[in-house]
Amino acid sequence: MKHKAVLRVSSKLLMPPIMLFALYVQFHGDFGPGGGFQAGVIFASAFILYALLFGVNQARRVAPAGVIRTTLALGVLLYAGTGVVGLLLGGNYLNYSVLAHDQVHGQHLGILIIEFGVGMTVASAMITIFFIFAGRGRDERGE
Amino acid sequence: MAFAGLYNYWIVVVLMMIGFYVVIAQGNLVKKIFGLNIFQVSVFVLYITMSKVDGGTAPILDDRYQVYSNPLPHVLILTAIVVGVATMALGLALVVRIREAYGTIEEEEIEQQEGELP
Amino acid sequence: MISAHLPALQVVVPLLAAPVCLLLRNRHAAWLLAALVTWATFIIALGLLAQVADRGTISYAIGDWAPPWGIEYRVDLFGALVLVIVSGIGSLVMPFARINVEREIPAERIYLFYVMYLLCLTGLLGIAITGDAFNLFVFLEISSLSSYVLISLGHDRRALTAALRYLIMGTLGATFYVIGIGLLYMVTGTLNMADLAQRVPDLLHLRTVEAALAFLIVGISLKLALFPLHLWLPNAYAFAPTTVTIFLAATATKVSVYVIIRIIYTVYGGAPIFREGILNEALMGLGMLSMVAAGLVAIYQSNVKRLLAYSSVSQIGYMVLGLSFGSVIGLAAGIVHLFNHAIMKAALFMALGCATQQVRAVSFDDLAGLGRQMPVTMGALVVGALSLIGLPLTVGFVTKWYLIQAALQDGAWLAVIVILASGLFAVVYTWRIVEAAYFRPLPEDREEVREAPLGMLIPLVILAGACVVFGIGATWPMDLALAAAESLIGARP
Repeated sequence: MKHKAVLRVSSKLLMPPIMLFALYVQFHGDFGPGGGFQAGVIFASAFILYALLFGVNQARRVAPAGVIRTTLALGVLLYAGTGVVGLLLGGNYLNYSVLAHDQVHGQHLGILIIEFGVGMTVASAMITIFFIFAGRGRDERGE
Repeated sequence: MAFAGLYNYWIVVVLMMIGFYVVIAQGNLVKKIFGLNIFQVSVFVLYITMSKVDGGTAPILDDRYQVYSNPLPHVLILTAIVVGVATMALGLALVVRIREAYGTIEEEEIEQQEGELP
Repeated sequence: MISAHLPALQVVVPLLAAPVCLLLRNRHAAWLLAALVTWATFIIALGLLAQVADRGTISYAIGDWAPPWGIEYRVDLFGALVLVIVSGIGSLVMPFARINVEREIPAERIYLFYVMYLLCLTGLLGIAITGDAFNLFVFLEISSLSSYVLISLGHDRRALTAALRYLIMGTLGATFYVIGIGLLYMVTGTLNMADLAQRVPDLLHLRTVEAALAFLIVGISLKLALFPLHLWLPNAYAFAPTTVTIFLAATATKVSVYVIIRIIYTVYGGAPIFREGILNEALMGLGMLSMVAAGLVAIYQSNVKRLLAYSSVSQIGYMVLGLSFGSVIGLAAGIVHLFNHAIMKAALFMALGCATQQVRAVSFDDLAGLGRQMPVTMGALVVGALSLIGLPLTVGFVTKWYLIQAALQDGAWLAVIVILASGLFAVVYTWRIVEAAYFRPLPEDREEVREAPLGMLIPLVILAGACVVFGIGATWPMDLALAAAESLIGARP
């Protein structure tokens, strides 16, 4: 892909808006259509686009497997942990109302954190899946 | 008219049978996984169809609209889609490993090789 | 305060532990965490059982969203019993796993094994605790996906094809289940099982509700490995790592039986669908076919693990037969067999695991003469085998006794004959193992084999002991099963 200048330039231009859009879908998710699942996939697609054009090895340097694995686990922890915080504050598991001083704020805060956890996990999972599949064939051919 | 009005369900049934047939009839493991995926997707369509309310709009609170489609099946299917993606990724990963272990992804050839083992 | 939140903690504790295990990346730390968490779930399950026995069914609203709108965790006697079985077997497997996994799984993947094990535990516990039909599907998939991974960790390459076959069959089954739930949701507009139970029995004349039942039963039968749909099971059990085989054989199919009983007796109200349709004849017939056909096939196996896997299919037939009578005593026999089969099959596979730990293979020739070299292991194997046959003083006898009573009450003479015949098959196939271990001479080229390490022997002895203790004196599993069956059937006369 080294010589495809148009692709290289346009993809570099596209990547920031893709990520920004992902964040919009993520954080606007409690008012309009959107949420962690969609945002995570969109966010991951930026990395996948990068890997398609500049190679998996290059992309792995941007997002090392260890980091991705950590965000994957942290996302789940964030989700389940928020539930436990609700539990500690006197509600049932995953009750967000107790998270803030009044119920509406609590619900907002809760869904925001939870969806962020979902987004993190989904994005990391998507990136991992792509890297693993794309990386495997490459190693085989390289040998 | 009943037939035309229910065309979504016919699509569901047709998709479901296509997927099911591919899973059963195809010997190629990748095709099997894709058949499985089509089968799952048909169920997604079934759920989305049943959530549609005539004249209903997206369930976003607004003064101008009174009728909303049922959002619950959408949420359920979002979960099911994630499950489907995970299943597909895992299935394909297994196929990759099978290809490395057996050198083929044709079911017949794999069974042949397994038959030679004790 | 904490006791009120036990239903949530039951699922959340292993769920939280799984990503922590992933972050730890150290196999010893991962084992320690997984073991502590599994033991904690066992304590929680016992606590729940005590609460339910004391105060009746517990309902826990997730996020304080009142059911039927929110997801409800609902623990009744039957659910609590299944929770105790799953977490109890999990707890006993953990010390065994530490030693066994070191040998069967590459060191750098061991921490991933524990992640998957914890997720599988989460899923299985979740199925037994949730009161929401769609949530059940999610937990079903969590447990299934992780068990596919666990099976594929086996070192034989056939583990991969076995896992893929299980994946295809399991996904078909789960999708059938979702179709069934979707059809029910179409008609009733609810997903809460208690709420469904209020509405579905009045709608049985609708074609949609009938079709939903067909989809649900076929879907779960796939996961259950009921006779014609069992093809994934033998290879999956035979080529999975031993720890995984023990855990799945003792829990996964049991939880599927739980689901099928839940659907028939809670959601569909039990008796009416048995009176009208051919469901009970179908289940009874398939159950008996399972017992006979799988028992016969088991006799001809040359791999001991596969033999026991076929015997599992045959034993699943007992449970399905029990629930198909539609009577309290039959259902109780089915439920108690969940418990009994879990401990005896876990004991058998664990004994086999101890043997393979020392001699490295599982054909009959490898077992030759082990009776003298590994007396404790082989002794436990014999106890497990006797339970499988259903000899008096073992747990297997308790099940058979009540099953035969139920069959006689129902006037199903064929069932009585099949139960006795299947016991005979069990004699034949377990005798082959015993014969190899005790009556064949030691191969001359065999090196000195010592008894398995203590960490593996202790859980094995506990399981084998349980087979005898619950067979002779302790009647609480049966009392619990009877009470659970009564509440399941009596809920809606």
